[in-house]
Amino acid sequence: MAEVTLIDAVTMAMAWELEHDPMVVILGEDVGVNGGVFRATAGLQKRFGVDRVQDTPLAEGMIAGISIGMATQGMRPIAEIQFMGFIYPTVDQMINHAGRIRNRTRGRLTCPMVLRAPFGGGIHAPEHHSESTEALFAHMPGIRVVIPSSPARAYGLLLAAIRDPDPVVFLEPKRIYRLNKQEVEDNGKALPLDVCYILREGTDVTLVTWGAMIFETMKAVDQLARNGVSCEVIDLATISPIDYETILESVEKTGRLVIVHEAARSCGVGAEIAAIVAEKGMYDLKGPIRRVTGYDVVMPLFRREMDYLPSVSKIVDAIGAAMHD
Amino acid sequence: METIADFEVQYSQFLNPEGKPSSDIPELAKEPDALIGLYRAMTETRVFDTKAVNLQRTGKLGTYASSLGHEAAHVGIAAAMREDDVLAPSYRETGTMLYRGVRMEELLLYWGGDERGSDFADVKNDFPYCVPIATQCLHAAGAAMAFQLRGESRCAVSLNGDGGTSEGAFYEAMNVAGARNLPVIFIVINNKWAISLPIEEQTATKTLAQKAVAAGIPGIQVDGNDVIAVRHWVERALARARKGEGACLIETVTYRLSDHTTADDASRYRKKEDVEAAWKVEPLIRIRKYLTELGIWDEEKEKALLEDAADKVDIAVQKYLNTPKPPVESMFDYMYKELPEFLEEQREHAIRYADKNGGEHG
Repeated sequence: MAEVTLIDAVTMAMAWELEHDPMVVILGEDVGVNGGVFRATAGLQKRFGVDRVQDTPLAEGMIAGISIGMATQGMRPIAEIQFMGFIYPTVDQMINHAGRIRNRTRGRLTCPMVLRAPFGGGIHAPEHHSESTEALFAHMPGIRVVIPSSPARAYGLLLAAIRDPDPVVFLEPKRIYRLNKQEVEDNGKALPLDVCYILREGTDVTLVTWGAMIFETMKAVDQLARNGVSCEVIDLATISPIDYETILESVEKTGRLVIVHEAARSCGVGAEIAAIVAEKGMYDLKGPIRRVTGYDVVMPLFRREMDYLPSVSKIVDAIGAAMHD
Repeated sequence: METIADFEVQYSQFLNPEGKPSSDIPELAKEPDALIGLYRAMTETRVFDTKAVNLQRTGKLGTYASSLGHEAAHVGIAAAMREDDVLAPSYRETGTMLYRGVRMEELLLYWGGDERGSDFADVKNDFPYCVPIATQCLHAAGAAMAFQLRGESRCAVSLNGDGGTSEGAFYEAMNVAGARNLPVIFIVINNKWAISLPIEEQTATKTLAQKAVAAGIPGIQVDGNDVIAVRHWVERALARARKGEGACLIETVTYRLSDHTTADDASRYRKKEDVEAAWKVEPLIRIRKYLTELGIWDEEKEKALLEDAADKVDIAVQKYLNTPKPPVESMFDYMYKELPEFLEEQREHAIRYADKNGGEHG
């Protein structure tokens, strides 16, 4: 079994599917000879050929649109968008077509495609390269949104996304692309697309987070553990649809909920989780639900980006406040 | 300075508005059965269209986009395609869809507010109507890419209007089709009006066919009221694409004789004289004159055709009107292959309140 990074796992999953399903193709800007701006497709064109791993002209709306066209005609395209800031031209195609075609043809045409993009801040990238706008896609009916937070989950969730009969937006937390390594068996085993993961069990407070924020959250939780606070940490992983059952069960046990995400707060995915817990788990709560999120401002350029992002101390303080409610 | 690139745009018409053929009329124009088939389909399209507008006016259909005046373009395109080719239409190409085998009652169901109208029983792979302008051009390019990758000798055909040529997706689709030599034909049905905006204000270019130049693919302008020209050039383009010679753009010039949709009143923005002039060159008259001239059409045949078409349309209308509303849960049941758990609660809620909402809205 190999020790791999998150981005290695992404490459491994795509290679597995290219190898085992002749209908799978990769499309995107610079994904071919260059192997992708983050090297997610490194070596794949050489191994599988220019037909299966295609460089496209530079137009993101086009990449999404042709992927939909291919998917409705029996292919399984994996489209790469280089950065979240360039994903918005795809919104027209994703909301008007990818998420609708099965419904509006009563299942005659379907859209098994994956739209991959790196997302999130913290790598001192140029403007428009650091946003977290997963909630935009989570708001679209008919589209699944998945965010892995470890190499093993990146591998299993991406396999599941490619095999899923419906469109999946797969957002990769680029800050942790190469942060750590994990043993991942290249066995083609997919993970389910509708469950979240309890990373640590605890009894005092439930933390729900996803993507790179797992790392700040775990550091905060480790600090508090030394003071005797027992936190349960949930990696949401599937942003849409959300596995509410696991979250509600955890809140039933702990009575406290803190949600941590990089994205701006208003109408973020955290708001939806808070609303569901308020609707269905209100009487289990010992105090208000708290959110540690990005601010409702334009993502600052990198000299101030770390002040925008949730930090260990912001999370520690939010948990501390929750414990005193 | 020297000229390093140049272009010219060809225009083609075989039948003039009086039904007189030009000297280089193609072989097709000498096959009576084929010509009568085209004329029959065009007439059926018009009879269907008239009926659909009437159904809307009497409250039995939702907003409908009429195909009046587009019959030669619509039918000529479909007649040139192979059954296993794929069509990506916009929302007006009734004639093309009917010729491809979409049932009249299916089109009525769609405009009557029922998704089942896009679940074509006899046409498995064509795209349904596409309302967001020119987005379907990319689906056609993607379908063509699928055919190319699998080594199939199939083509995709994308249809959009003159307004759609201002959209990025139209150009993006032509560009990728050129860059990847895709077997796709882009057809612009230039009916001179994008709701209220005349073509002169849509673009500064003299033709829409020349938009192909920037994508590096051939472009041609044909008389969209001449079914022989449309069919001929689409057939040529498809044959070329099937041989691996890539995409092209065909502009068919016609005129929207109707309002934009039944929700529009075109008298607000265009002159009566212009519409009257357009009626003089409309597509049905010239092919009928030509058939009559050839001695293969007469009043009796015309009468029989109209009666036959009316019967066909009436049967479809009855089927449409007799189709009960879809079950309320159908709005959930085709969102995903398998219904996610969180939607089950909403589905049950919708069922509980179904058909109890009468009179409560607005």
